[in-house]
Amino acid sequence: MSLKQKSRLPQLLMLLGILSLGAVFLFPLWQITLDAAQFPGGLKMHIWVNKISGSEKNIIQNINILNHYIGMQYIEPDSIPELKYFPIVAYSMMALGLISLVLNKAWAYLSWFIIIAILGALGIYDFYLWLYDYGHNLDPKAPIKVEGMTYMPPLLGEKDLLNFYVTSYPHLGSGFLGLSSILALAAFWVKRKSK
Amino acid sequence: MKTHYLNYVAGLSLIFLMASCGNQGSETSQVLGGSAAEQAYVAPGEYDEFYAFMSGGYSGQITAYGLPSGRLLKEIPVFSKYPENGYGYSEETKAMFNTSYGEVPWDDSHHIELSQKDGEFDGRWLFVNGNNTPRIARVDLKTFETVEILEIPDVAGLHCAPFITENSEYLVSGTRFSVPIPQKDVPIDTYKKNFKGLINYVSVDPEHGHMELAFQIEMPGFNYDLARNGKGKSHGWSFLTTYNSEQEHSLLEVNASQKDKDLMAVINWKKAEQYMKEGKFTERQTSYFHNLMNEETSIVESEEKTLTKILDPKNCPDMVYFIPVPKSPHGCDVDPTGEYIVGNGKLSADMSVYSFDKIMKAIEEKNFDGNFDGIPIINYEAALDGIVKKPGLGPLHTEFDGRGNAYTTFFISSEVVKWDVESKEILDRQPTFYSPGHLVIPGGETKKPDGKYLVAMNKITKDRYLPTGPELAHSAQLFDISGDKMKLILDFPTKGEPHYAQAISADKIQPNSVKFYDIEQNKHPHATLGESKTRVERDGDEVHVYMTAIRSHLAPDNIEGFKVGDKVYFHLTNLEQDWDVPHGFAIQGATNAELLVMPGQTRTLLWEPKKPGVFAFYCTDFCSALHQEMSGYARVSPKGSDVPIKWGLNEKLRENEQAAHDFYEKAKQNANIGK
Repeated sequence: MSLKQKSRLPQLLMLLGILSLGAVFLFPLWQITLDAAQFPGGLKMHIWVNKISGSEKNIIQNINILNHYIGMQYIEPDSIPELKYFPIVAYSMMALGLISLVLNKAWAYLSWFIIIAILGALGIYDFYLWLYDYGHNLDPKAPIKVEGMTYMPPLLGEKDLLNFYVTSYPHLGSGFLGLSSILALAAFWVKRKSK
Repeated sequence: MKTHYLNYVAGLSLIFLMASCGNQGSETSQVLGGSAAEQAYVAPGEYDEFYAFMSGGYSGQITAYGLPSGRLLKEIPVFSKYPENGYGYSEETKAMFNTSYGEVPWDDSHHIELSQKDGEFDGRWLFVNGNNTPRIARVDLKTFETVEILEIPDVAGLHCAPFITENSEYLVSGTRFSVPIPQKDVPIDTYKKNFKGLINYVSVDPEHGHMELAFQIEMPGFNYDLARNGKGKSHGWSFLTTYNSEQEHSLLEVNASQKDKDLMAVINWKKAEQYMKEGKFTERQTSYFHNLMNEETSIVESEEKTLTKILDPKNCPDMVYFIPVPKSPHGCDVDPTGEYIVGNGKLSADMSVYSFDKIMKAIEEKNFDGNFDGIPIINYEAALDGIVKKPGLGPLHTEFDGRGNAYTTFFISSEVVKWDVESKEILDRQPTFYSPGHLVIPGGETKKPDGKYLVAMNKITKDRYLPTGPELAHSAQLFDISGDKMKLILDFPTKGEPHYAQAISADKIQPNSVKFYDIEQNKHPHATLGESKTRVERDGDEVHVYMTAIRSHLAPDNIEGFKVGDKVYFHLTNLEQDWDVPHGFAIQGATNAELLVMPGQTRTLLWEPKKPGVFAFYCTDFCSALHQEMSGYARVSPKGSDVPIKWGLNEKLRENEQAAHDFYEKAKQNANIGK
């Protein structure tokens, strides 16, 4: 590897990091699957940076219908403000990434890494709060009440919730988000080493 | 006389059974010793390999079974009203039963034909005839719903129908009984002079499947019984068996069984198409109905048609021929190559197999034995490829396995016989319990049969199942035909008389099956797309209830202001968008039926309250853990009372009361203005 090529490596890594961050618009961040005997293949709900969808059309409506028996609030993507400002955050981070790429300084890459890591952690915490709210803030007039039962889906992992076996894991979008932070860290590392 | 005839038949069977009892023994031991149960077993959660669609005979319906399990999957209502889901009772589907005789809510369904492309099943539609009130129906295999019924004018007993051509160009449909054309009041003993038989060509739109009566061919007054169309080299030709070439009209069992040979009609329909283009037809005023479900609104639209186009063989040379065929033929089947045509004389001991090439040669060389009413009769010997000698008694129908073998049912000797199409040699025979009619091999009438199974449908079944009073269950018997010898692997009971069936590989239907109707595509004029739009509107003594259903409530659930003598239309829209979540609707005192509404669909029930009171309505299709709670009340006041229209659901009640009040006030004002 020539010296010139080597000097370009941090920028290349950062560019890949930015593109990788862009992939959160192409893939869901999280997948929650509700498995029950009467739903072959399960009901798969996808949480994106900017929307909530299902593996098939209408799954959100069908999950809402099921949730209403236990008095869970309807999932209405339009009423979740995060879905509106998370994309702005993502675009801003992509822009910041470009700035760090132009600056091509180790501190710039490191700062970007730290910000994205903090934002990622905050995002997961925010997601947890939503899950907590959905699982605990139930309609007192709900038709089905099980003493002491909350219906909070797991943030990460698997859990029995009445007749459903619920699994909740990060999806491809989170993978790309993680990859983008690793690439920024790598850019920082290589830049520092090349000094 | 009839008893005497049956004795004669029974005597013949006895002689025959004695001659073939060795074979029966081996068959029984095969069943007992083999792995029959395993071969027909489909484990829980697994799918069958084939769909078999069986006509319901006098039930007027179609039933869908899985093969090889024999599991009943669905009854598809076609020609008979069906209270189970409101077919024929709901306002949307009533028109499906319109005919030139008025509403005919029953029929006798006989022959199933699956749509074809290039001589193979394409899994798009299913056609079936109504024998009694001549009609052809189309079932859409995406939804398993009857979507179209076309009446055929001036025929009687549309038995010889609806046989399909290899690209679904036409459904060839001949009349079983000849009648005066046009219908008129004449003495029946003027049969020979006044009675004619029509062979009808119904075209099928290649994109939407819509049917149209393209033309009719006026034929001598025989009984047209069964047909098949050519395929491959014989594509463009139809073959129809006829009986009663004696042209008798009374005691046919004797008088129409006198001649040793009847006639098989051979029709060049491509030539007929050409004559149609050249305008060689005559037009006649008549009346027949075409009922078609509008795909967007899911409402049946009915249209009376008044004109038919008729071709007369006398003016259309080279279009129609006859060939002698053994006594009183029934089946008439074309092998997968399109070369061999099997004509089965049901009262004959032999089966004649004709060669398409030889028929063409005979026509070319004008090798005719005279004519009937100007229609040339092809020399029997010249058209014949060979005779299957003494295969059994009462040959009816033949299907093919695609490996050069034919399988024929024998009604009198109660068996299925396997024989080689080329050599005419008999290869195997298996008894059936008792008298078989049609048989089916999946794709057995196409160019590419799936020669794995054979189902023999029994016309007279005794002691195969627990008795059910004087009427016994009809039976289908499933044979494994993958080996050299046929092997009985399953009996299963069927609905009505399973007259004919066609079976198709499940993978041609299963992937296209509609799971629910997209509510955004619901263009029903009375659809209620959302609970907030539910309402009740009065227009004179007509009341329209715009109701929705979702797990687990109907909206509105309480309605007041109905009066005795009102015509109440419940327009129920199912808001669900999930597979297998239909909702039902039933109300006490309804004199028609319930409704079963599929997700995303709208259906309307007319209810005419007869007495004052409060009447419950509820969902009939168990839809959730709270299904029992899915109900409501309709308050009916005496005629002439001034109880306002009022409807509601939970908190919205008050709001709706206000809306109802406003609506009522406005209606009163309008009424005053009217005065």
